[in-house]
Amino acid sequence: MTKAQPSSEAGRPGFVWAAPALVFFGMFALLPMVAVVYLSFTEYSGISTPVWIGLENWRKLAADPLVGDALRLSAMLTIASWLVQTSIALPLGVFVAGKGRTRSVLAAIFFVPLLMSGAAIALLWSTLFDPNFGLASIVGPLIGLEDGNIIGDPQLAFYAVVVVIAWQFMPFHTLLYQGATRAIPAALYEAATIDGAGRFRQFTAITIPQLRDTIITSSVLMLVGSLTYFEIVLILTGGGPGTATRILPLHMYLTGFRSFDMGYASVLAVLLLAIGTSLSLVVTKATGYRKMASQREGL
Amino acid sequence: MSSIIRAHRVAVAGLAALALVGLSGCGSSGPGTASAQGGDGAELQLWTLQNEGINGVQQEAVDRYNEGSDDKMVLSTYVNDPYKAKLQTAIGSPNAPSVFYNWGGGNLKGYVDAGQVTDLTAAFEASDVKERFISSVVDVATIDGKVYGIPMQGVQPVSFYTNKDVLKAAGITEFPVTWTEFLAMIEQLKGAGVQPIALAGSQGWTELMYVEYFLDRIGGPEKFQAIAAGEDGAWTDPAVVRSMEMVQELVDAGAFGSNYAAVSYDNNGSQALLTSGKAAMELMGSWEVTSLNDAFPAFLEAGSLGWADFPAIEDGAGDPANIVGNPSNFYSVSARAADPKAATDFLLSQMASDEYVDGMIGVGQVPAIMGLEEKVNVGKFAEFNAFAYDRVLTAPVFTQSWDQALPAALSQTMLTNIQQVFNKQMSPQEFADAMDAAA
Repeated sequence: MTKAQPSSEAGRPGFVWAAPALVFFGMFALLPMVAVVYLSFTEYSGISTPVWIGLENWRKLAADPLVGDALRLSAMLTIASWLVQTSIALPLGVFVAGKGRTRSVLAAIFFVPLLMSGAAIALLWSTLFDPNFGLASIVGPLIGLEDGNIIGDPQLAFYAVVVVIAWQFMPFHTLLYQGATRAIPAALYEAATIDGAGRFRQFTAITIPQLRDTIITSSVLMLVGSLTYFEIVLILTGGGPGTATRILPLHMYLTGFRSFDMGYASVLAVLLLAIGTSLSLVVTKATGYRKMASQREGL
Repeated sequence: MSSIIRAHRVAVAGLAALALVGLSGCGSSGPGTASAQGGDGAELQLWTLQNEGINGVQQEAVDRYNEGSDDKMVLSTYVNDPYKAKLQTAIGSPNAPSVFYNWGGGNLKGYVDAGQVTDLTAAFEASDVKERFISSVVDVATIDGKVYGIPMQGVQPVSFYTNKDVLKAAGITEFPVTWTEFLAMIEQLKGAGVQPIALAGSQGWTELMYVEYFLDRIGGPEKFQAIAAGEDGAWTDPAVVRSMEMVQELVDAGAFGSNYAAVSYDNNGSQALLTSGKAAMELMGSWEVTSLNDAFPAFLEAGSLGWADFPAIEDGAGDPANIVGNPSNFYSVSARAADPKAATDFLLSQMASDEYVDGMIGVGQVPAIMGLEEKVNVGKFAEFNAFAYDRVLTAPVFTQSWDQALPAALSQTMLTNIQQVFNKQMSPQEFADAMDAAA
């Protein structure tokens, strides 16, 4: 049943080693993807049987006034999440990577949101955003919003969502940066100190370049992650007010599981799949992520 | 034997095992179906919504039924939003429940059209309990002349809930019965420095209640009946546009304050406004009373809670005695029920039984049953229950909440659009046109 294989590969992992994982991937990733493509050509409410209607759902996509907005909002959310989270998580990670009791205690506190479920976080924040009794009623007047109307305002609601999502995911990225920073050999900093480099110079000339691969990893996770992420938006604003925070994945969910239009929701799912895949391909290609080699060797 | 071949063998065995797991997973039968055919000793799944008080009464009904039957009824409870999605995916599958909770109207019609619901007409007509149910409520689960659901919990008309202390402090002794008086009261309350109405505007269904009453009072119930029937031009009717104009007039008058779009009902945001005295009233379904009692018991103990009918609109075509809301919720028998006859027997023998009705009244529900004038007037919420029961009995028409009466996709679009009208992002005419296009 087997072909003889080159002796150099004897005992090395072959195709069969990957089989269980491939079967799982096939059953729970590829098969649903194929099914979704099929469903996108049908009219299907979740009950009864799917009826083949050809390209009708895809024509609906062109006519759907919400899709353009949803795409724009998703793009904005992805970029804003990346900017906010990276610009805070990186310095924070480097900070808590240092030695000292205070830093360890702070690191433990920063870690807390990561332990909470997304739904719990969204419920917590929706109470904080209550304009009459929540934190918004205290903070609002300080930032020029007398009535504390933050998540009820079409513009501000979007930023509120960015903040809450950042609050949830920053700890994870901080952790990545903390670990990566600790892996930077102390010798580099010692040498720099002898050369007379100050702390800021050390940060820009040693820490940042050494963190390059971590920055790429963290960015890919953030970009692809925030493209498909929606549970906080669902609970916090439900896509509102009106459609002000109806990002693409939420549009898909509401179409599928509130309007029970699974056919058109599948069209949106295919769209998301295409965008998500291209985005991660582009990012990995552009950053040389694939060629990324361990930097520990040869140092 | 080389290590490669051994690895292969192991992997193949592993694959075979996986395939088996996969196959049996796909083919596994849901509760009931395996043992279903006989009728003797079948397990019947009953799916209903989670509610502490009501679930207890339902469990007792199930226990009473199980005692006298070979079949075994099993109660499973779910929370609201996930339930709808779960039912939608389960009902056509082998995992379908035998008896399921639903909202009647368009919600139930979707399942009926898909051939997933058992027609109860013959059994219902033949039974002696038919006369006991309030017929306007049974109508909501009657589709094309056939009965598909039995009312299983309290009637839920929508009315105004007031903070009596706030009204009194502003010098309002009688709740207005006409719209002109109502607008005058809004000004009076604003003058007294309170927000006249609490509105949980982050959730479209709370805003829908105003639209439902406006259209009913202005154009009469026929206008929504035309919409529900999908008649051409029903959404662009002048009465619909006028209703949405009245919404924006109320918004412009400052009746809801300025930050209503950020207020949520789910975290008691609007109730907190009402009970704290920052707002004077809220338009809500009758569940408001038990809900307030859970979240703000002191408010009820102090006797501060009042209630009132939605005012009449001068020159309107609708009868001011009409009400809107949820006539009831229903149990329907799924077409895949393990034993449809047993499931039907359960509904007809238990849902109008004295024990069940008394139990429901005991937890603050007002069942859709005739002749309860005396019975509902007891307990902690006696006065309110008597009010709600009287309204349902005497209302010429009880219009079902639009988001339940319309198909799911249309009602989602409608809720989003209503929110945009309240937020002034959409004009009344644009609303009518957008809904006309979507219907």
